[in-house]
Amino acid sequence: MPDPLPPDSVGIVEPATAVFTEPFVLACGEALPRHEIVHEIYGTLNADASNAVLVCHALSGHHHAAGYHRADDRKPGWWDACIGPGKPIDTRRFCVVSLNNLGGCHGSTGPTSINPATGRAWGPDFPVVTVRDWVRSQALLAERLGIRRWAAVIGGSLGGMQAIQWSIDFPDRVRNVVAIASAPRLSAQNIAFNEIARQAILSDPDFAEGRYLEQGTAPVAGLRLARMVGHVTYQSDDGLREKFGREVASGDLDLGRDVQFQVESYLQYQGRSFSRSFDANTYLLMTRALDYFDPAREFDDDLVTALRHARASFLVLSFSTDWRFATERSKELARALIRAGRPVSHADIDAPQGHDAFLLPIPRYLQTLAAYLGRIADDIERGSHADAATREDAARSRSQTPGGARTGTGSRAPADSVAAKRTGAA
Amino acid sequence: MTPQGFDRDDLRVIADMVPEGARVLDLGCGTGELLAWLRDNRRVTGYGLEIDPDKITACIARGVNVIERDIDVDLSDFETGSFDFVIMTETLQAVRHPDRVLEQMLRIAPQGIVTFPNFGYWRCRMYLATRGRMPVAAHLPHSWYDTPNIHLCTFADFEALCAERDVEITRRHVVDAHYRPSRLIEALPNLFGTIAIYGLRREHS
Repeated sequence: MPDPLPPDSVGIVEPATAVFTEPFVLACGEALPRHEIVHEIYGTLNADASNAVLVCHALSGHHHAAGYHRADDRKPGWWDACIGPGKPIDTRRFCVVSLNNLGGCHGSTGPTSINPATGRAWGPDFPVVTVRDWVRSQALLAERLGIRRWAAVIGGSLGGMQAIQWSIDFPDRVRNVVAIASAPRLSAQNIAFNEIARQAILSDPDFAEGRYLEQGTAPVAGLRLARMVGHVTYQSDDGLREKFGREVASGDLDLGRDVQFQVESYLQYQGRSFSRSFDANTYLLMTRALDYFDPAREFDDDLVTALRHARASFLVLSFSTDWRFATERSKELARALIRAGRPVSHADIDAPQGHDAFLLPIPRYLQTLAAYLGRIADDIERGSHADAATREDAARSRSQTPGGARTGTGSRAPADSVAAKRTGAA
Repeated sequence: MTPQGFDRDDLRVIADMVPEGARVLDLGCGTGELLAWLRDNRRVTGYGLEIDPDKITACIARGVNVIERDIDVDLSDFETGSFDFVIMTETLQAVRHPDRVLEQMLRIAPQGIVTFPNFGYWRCRMYLATRGRMPVAAHLPHSWYDTPNIHLCTFADFEALCAERDVEITRRHVVDAHYRPSRLIEALPNLFGTIAIYGLRREHS
């Protein structure tokens, strides 16, 4: 953590855990008898709970989106570029909720959790989870926090898909959707890359058919390869060229001996650090959720019909050199939204960083996001956002929740106690 | 309410031509001034298309729906008849294929509104006739080599194109550089008019 702390940082934050004791039936038909959702909150929920923003994470993300857990943390949360006081997702104006999705490996119930039926880790037996399941579990979390309706649901990549699904499945509970570097469904090429990543994991002998935790092994090599392939697709050709060119890290190019290019050692570093912090079963589960995502499927493969259910306004952002979730995918989404008669803006940000651009502080990107969210915040603060019914609902749901919504500076308050208090309220 | 408070006076005239509650597509919407006014005063819904990043941000900041799109390349995915009006202000002369854009406009909506500067204005004619150089004037401030206006035309040219393509001109409002009408302009619009605002419709559909 930098010292002194920049004024636009949310500072030290603490995760909280919400425990749900009712069985949660998944789209696949299986039910989780109980589950936990780890999350962080930045900013203060206002009196009528109308300033809440949900941040949905992408494939390898988690609940820690902004700030630092400890003073000696080297890096802030994964979306610190966009979340903080005075940043586009302005924590002085919004109450930002960020969670680790079901099936994740950063604290929410997932393959590394204990299966109560067996007393052992779920591992490969953890049920298949879809984007719709995530959205439903996020809706439960919202109820727990006293949030009747999100001012905005925001996400990049797979996170954007969750935001889109929110607008279709809970049209009355989301006012705005921001889908960044996302797509209404994956292309064959995308699924292909995911399959290569999965095969890398599955073919690692240490994967042990997913029971590596019980066997005391870890499919590090497989995860590393999976991440390396993913990482290349998140960058652009130009971006890699700019960063590494053909620079040699070690060895002798003239003799052709033991040569390692910079880009190789970079990829190996990325793969290594990822394989230490991520669970292989979660990786398989999350890439599957990505592949299956297709909100149009239940509407005769017609995205326009699907989006006619939405009542939100949309901001769609794409990046010019993103070939994993190309501009064309965002255009497809914007086009369907126009045909469905939804308010939508689409900006294509010129940036050389490829898909990863959505995580980076690119000036035009931040300005566009700030312009959109600033207007939402203005509306909220003017009080023109909510009809009376929404306000009543918010008041009702809060009064039913022991302890009330977690407000205050949120990020700096002790957190686990809140979850503990609420366990019985589900 | 009379339209007022526009930085650009032509928008005042256009705003008056769009009925309450219409669905509007604005090609080259700039900072979204027109759409914002129409939304707030005429309950108009719609989208603007724009390619300038700063103008796109300005649209978003005022809550105007804006799509980053080059109208020369990409109008085919707007459905036939999906809007009531397609509006294009001061942009016709800057597109690569004005005729195709015109066709697209009247495919997407039954009615269109187009404004553009008149190259047949007497000062332009004088400039070219006396100096033998491409005219540079208040309403055409660029040099020939760096002008975005690659398809300048006269009112007569535009009306000939409309006739050729079966486009009916429902209204023509010709004004001077300060968006004022005059009797002189009324008598000889193609000679004395600086800017025209055309209401268009497909003749048969």
